[in-house]
Amino acid sequence: MSAAATTHDDHHAHGGDHAHDHHEPSFLYKYIFSTDHKVIGVQYGIAGLLFLLFGFFLMMVMRWTIAYPGQPMPGLELVASLFGEWGTYQLEKWAPGGVVSPDLYNMFGAMHGTIMVFMGIVPLGFAAFGNFVMPLQIGAIDMAFPKLNAWSFWLFFIGGAMMMLSFFLPTGAAQTGWTNYSPLATTTHYIVKNTFMTGQTWWLLAMVFVISSSLLGSVNFITTLINLRAKGLTFMRLPFFCWAMLVTSFLLLLAFPPLEVAAILQVVDRVFGSSVFLPTGLVAGTNHFDISGGGNPLLYQHLFWFLAHPEVYVLILPAFAIISDIIPVNARRPLWGHKLMIYAALTLGFLSFIVWAHHMYLTGMGTMMSTYFQITTVMISVPSVILLTCLMISLWGGSIRFNSQMLFASAFLPMFGIGGLTGLPLAFAFIDLHLHDTYYVIGHFHYVVAPGTIFALFAGVYHWFPKITGRYMNDTLGKLHFWPSLIFMNVIFGPMLFQGIAGFHRRWYDGGAMAFKNTTQDYLWSNELISFGAWGLALAQIFFIVNVWISIKGGKKITSDNPWDATTLEWATPTPPPHGNFTFEPVVYRGPYEYNPPGTGREFIPSWEEPAGTPAPAPTEAKSHH
Amino acid sequence: MDVTSILKPFWLPELASEHGAQVDHMNGFVHWFMAILFVGWSVFLVYTFWRFNAKRNPKADYHGVRGHATTHIEIGVCIVEAVLLVGFAFPLWARQADGYPTGPDVVKMRAVGEQFLWNFHYAGNDGVLGRVDPRLIGPNNPIGRDMADPNGKDDFLVAATMKLPNNRPVIVDVGSKDVIHNLALVPMRAAQDATPGIKSHMWFKPVKEGTWDIICGQLCGSGHSQMKATLEVVSEADFDKWFKAQSDNALKANTTVAAH
Repeated sequence: MSAAATTHDDHHAHGGDHAHDHHEPSFLYKYIFSTDHKVIGVQYGIAGLLFLLFGFFLMMVMRWTIAYPGQPMPGLELVASLFGEWGTYQLEKWAPGGVVSPDLYNMFGAMHGTIMVFMGIVPLGFAAFGNFVMPLQIGAIDMAFPKLNAWSFWLFFIGGAMMMLSFFLPTGAAQTGWTNYSPLATTTHYIVKNTFMTGQTWWLLAMVFVISSSLLGSVNFITTLINLRAKGLTFMRLPFFCWAMLVTSFLLLLAFPPLEVAAILQVVDRVFGSSVFLPTGLVAGTNHFDISGGGNPLLYQHLFWFLAHPEVYVLILPAFAIISDIIPVNARRPLWGHKLMIYAALTLGFLSFIVWAHHMYLTGMGTMMSTYFQITTVMISVPSVILLTCLMISLWGGSIRFNSQMLFASAFLPMFGIGGLTGLPLAFAFIDLHLHDTYYVIGHFHYVVAPGTIFALFAGVYHWFPKITGRYMNDTLGKLHFWPSLIFMNVIFGPMLFQGIAGFHRRWYDGGAMAFKNTTQDYLWSNELISFGAWGLALAQIFFIVNVWISIKGGKKITSDNPWDATTLEWATPTPPPHGNFTFEPVVYRGPYEYNPPGTGREFIPSWEEPAGTPAPAPTEAKSHH
Repeated sequence: MDVTSILKPFWLPELASEHGAQVDHMNGFVHWFMAILFVGWSVFLVYTFWRFNAKRNPKADYHGVRGHATTHIEIGVCIVEAVLLVGFAFPLWARQADGYPTGPDVVKMRAVGEQFLWNFHYAGNDGVLGRVDPRLIGPNNPIGRDMADPNGKDDFLVAATMKLPNNRPVIVDVGSKDVIHNLALVPMRAAQDATPGIKSHMWFKPVKEGTWDIICGQLCGSGHSQMKATLEVVSEADFDKWFKAQSDNALKANTTVAAH
């Protein structure tokens, strides 16, 4: 604490000249190996968005074969031919004649899930927005451990690069689902010359890097949030955004290590022939596996879901964080139930650790276990409903500006609502006898994560873009991005709920058109509908990509450091914030959402503004030196 | 009113088992609850977006919603969820997980998954399943039956077709040779993971004759989406005739082998 205070004083003394305190770093250290939380945040943001786009491309290939199994995919041969002889060879191996093979489908399916969750949404929601916004919002000059922060990004980069490179291994990338269950994950590409050089092994090693990265990040976030808050920024004045990041950090800290352990043990099973997750007597066809046996596949599932359920809240809480900032700013009134939301988030975080086995109801669970996990699962819906309700009620009495970010934030509410509600039947083991591993599950969690979390992430990009670049994004393009995205998201995920009830199961490369025709034949048209929805959604994203691209250099320039008339501290900095962030020592005098406070006659009062009576230094007018 | 009516427009498939009616009933109940909440939220949001648009309401109100309506709604949600748990989820699952049927009319069988096929092992006329051991698996013994076990002599094995009698409960031991599969019987509203090394079971009672798909519900490799088997529910008389013939043949074959 004292170190941070000293640095603050130092900056205060130098006033506006503080940028000259630091010698100008070279390009490499300023933009690539930077330890500045804002640069790292932007690095995570760009990487996350690119991974999201790539994961979406994988899914579009999958959607082709689901809708048109056995038919060559248009354009696939063209893409392969761009890679010359190697491309043609790979095409014949994975998609002969342009027809997507089941193995390719399984590979893309596994990598779609992995990339979207671990490389796309967590890096974007937690790491990018958390890194860029959180230290600014608490009035800190940087994260508590800037070098650790850079390490966190570069470990993530190594993990991400390994995931991408694994596509080029002779076996291709991992093909056993993002859950990577043993024994399938262990015995796939098991009898090969070198088990190290397989997609399955690389997936595990890459996960070890990614999880290590999350651990470094979470430690850093927790320390920063606890120790580096500005003077006057008590915990109850802390914006919900920061609270949500704090809870998310604890989830990352406590939930990820079990999967890291599981990944390492699975590598050991694969490479050194142990049997931690392999039972005695495994047989492929009539070939008996030469393994010691005695392990248990369920152990892996417990370790995986002990991570992966809190992981769901790692995906959601940053979305709530972003929305909880955007709604008050654009409704021009305080967040309703700020304290209640904080307690709800803490409860949610705690409960998220004791619900994991609801993913495993059909493993043969007895009454005792299922009763326990059904109770906790239903209990966790209570804080979730509280969070959603508070956000909705915050709109009541507002004066709502429907700019691009507010449209995405508004749509988040009912879309996340559908995602949450469809989780309810799945919470009950008895109903899972019907719905387990069907498209109902896919529809449910995609509603939570796609038109839920991803909409929140888009909202965040539109909202903080001016602080990052000094320019607005184009609002018309934003609306052209929003409306088709909203429609196509529902065209994609709505029918999946219907399909699930009808008995469509997940992970069929042919969408059920061949072997399970008795179950699917009446509704096969919906596979085509969903696929067209996916391609439509892709077209809608062009508006976003173009918007980001042209707005960086050509967007309308902001005329104030606080373009949305917001109250939280990140808007008190120059734009873009220089290294060290603030041109004065920020002190917080009030709560984070003072919009239209009664009796003041003011439309909003920034949390850093000194109360009347003392001459205000008018920090909002401080300009960047760039 | 039939609670499940809400699921009909959602492509609810044919129902063919006794407990399945309760699955659909509970599922319907939950979906009504979801629908009420969703409609409530939607009406609130649409009205709010319209009424509190900056154009219509240029000055925001600092206090917003007052009173306890939200608390009451939240308590209402908790009560409904508690009812769902205590009234439906616990007793129904307990019945399914602990209340296995007994008696002479119970059909006992074993389903063994492998990449990419289901093997169905029937207990034969003696009603007792013979021992299996994965170490015995070989070219002529796909699921590792122990031919020395007297209980197994009249057992028989059918690949890819699960034939069952109507109106008699069936207990299935679900297992796997290689990776995790899931025996998913959609019209029976029943599914069970088949995990190698783990003994697991399921039971249900068909109440309708017909032929349906058996789906593998857990990713099991490249042939996962083609791992098809057929569920055939026939009249009790037809089943008994078929069953006795199969078992007699098996007994004859196995005894002949033993005599040599």
